[in-house]
Amino acid sequence: MIRLVLALWLGVMALSAAMAQDFPKANGTRVVDAAGLLTPDVAAGLDQRLAAFEKATGRQFVVATIPDLQGYPIEDYGYRLGRSWGIGSKDKDDGVLLIVAPKDRKVRIEVGYGLEPYLTDAYSSVIINSVIIPKFKAGDFPGGISAGVDAVIDQLQLTPQEAQARMAAAQTSDRADHGGAPLALLFWGFVLLFIVLPALFGRRRGRRYRSGMPIILWGPGDWGGGHGGWGGGSGGGFGGFSGGGGSFGGGGSSGSW
Amino acid sequence: MTSFARRLGLGLIPAALALSGCGLNSVPTAEENAKAKWANVQADYQRRADLVPNLVETVKGYAKQEQSVLVQVTEARAKATSVQVRAEDLSDPDKVRQFQQAQGQLSQGLGRLLASVEAYPDLKSNANFLALQSQLEGTENRINISIKDYNEAVQAYNTTIRTFPDAVGAKLFYGAEPMTPYEATAPNADRAPQVKF
Repeated sequence: MIRLVLALWLGVMALSAAMAQDFPKANGTRVVDAAGLLTPDVAAGLDQRLAAFEKATGRQFVVATIPDLQGYPIEDYGYRLGRSWGIGSKDKDDGVLLIVAPKDRKVRIEVGYGLEPYLTDAYSSVIINSVIIPKFKAGDFPGGISAGVDAVIDQLQLTPQEAQARMAAAQTSDRADHGGAPLALLFWGFVLLFIVLPALFGRRRGRRYRSGMPIILWGPGDWGGGHGGWGGGSGGGFGGFSGGGGSFGGGGSSGSW
Repeated sequence: MTSFARRLGLGLIPAALALSGCGLNSVPTAEENAKAKWANVQADYQRRADLVPNLVETVKGYAKQEQSVLVQVTEARAKATSVQVRAEDLSDPDKVRQFQQAQGQLSQGLGRLLASVEAYPDLKSNANFLALQSQLEGTENRINISIKDYNEAVQAYNTTIRTFPDAVGAKLFYGAEPMTPYEATAPNADRAPQVKF
């Protein structure tokens, strides 16, 4: 028993050491407004809508505003935040995040593995560029976030067939100029990141596996797992919100204004 | 007889504990994890390769002058899809390097193609092209993440098979070889560029 506690504690320590970014605390609601863009009643209204969505579909959707990306690309920040909070259920990975970083002028819809077929990159990009960014450009953050949330919920409440039909329509209808960062720049930025990141943090991360704890032969052989272990307890029964341990792999789209 | 069996049974428990402490379980677990992560890397690269023909077709409709870039991308794609690394070959750095180089060529070609698109405003605002572009961005993002996940898994595996006590079991039972991490570098990135005036 003591060993188990010790092992868990070590695991938590290793995880916090492994995390390069500082994430805002998950505060038990679905709207984490760390950058202070929303008034309390707007945030409460959003939270209600997100809770109703989760109740209806079982999928988790969280809005996060981030004061500072600390120099990381929002794509990199986004999937790590999603994994660290464990949005979505562990077996379905059906979580969505709407991340707004006003200081970096970046917004991203981060889609969990399990929802990628329903909320594709292309459609996320349409939502960002035609629904959210126009409002952000006008300085209306609550309006943009709210409209974006509605668009995502709207899409995810469709049946798979309806969702596909809409996706096909999105391909043919025209939309406003994209104006994103040039792909090559984006790509090489990433190349730099995953040469530099593993070199800096990866070595330290390895320590987690070195503990040499005697794992019983028939015990849960889950140590090497990349997925497991995130996200803490699932769905506490106190009305508060917590992630179900879902994982993210880079689905979704980003934009800037 | 019964007492022998009981003694045997009692003896098995510490034996099992000792063995599991030697990596009997942790080595294959870490290995399978790394292999699964590699499968994700290849799947994401395949996803990118699947987007290329569509992208080439779309660009061709607007920018026939860019023939050489289009041909280059198509060839790089054919090459990239022909090089695959099986999970058993991950401990062979040469095979992994070949894969890296082939994919790096395609990355370069795609970078050049997208740069050339800048000259065609009609194409840049074409809905089909925008959708493809966001898909390509998303795919590159997925590739980066799956590579990071793979490298972490490889590091965990390599650490497991090289540190006590798992290293004992790794040597004795499995003859485990370290796996190759994936470095996404451009071809010839290790050579200094030649400057000619």
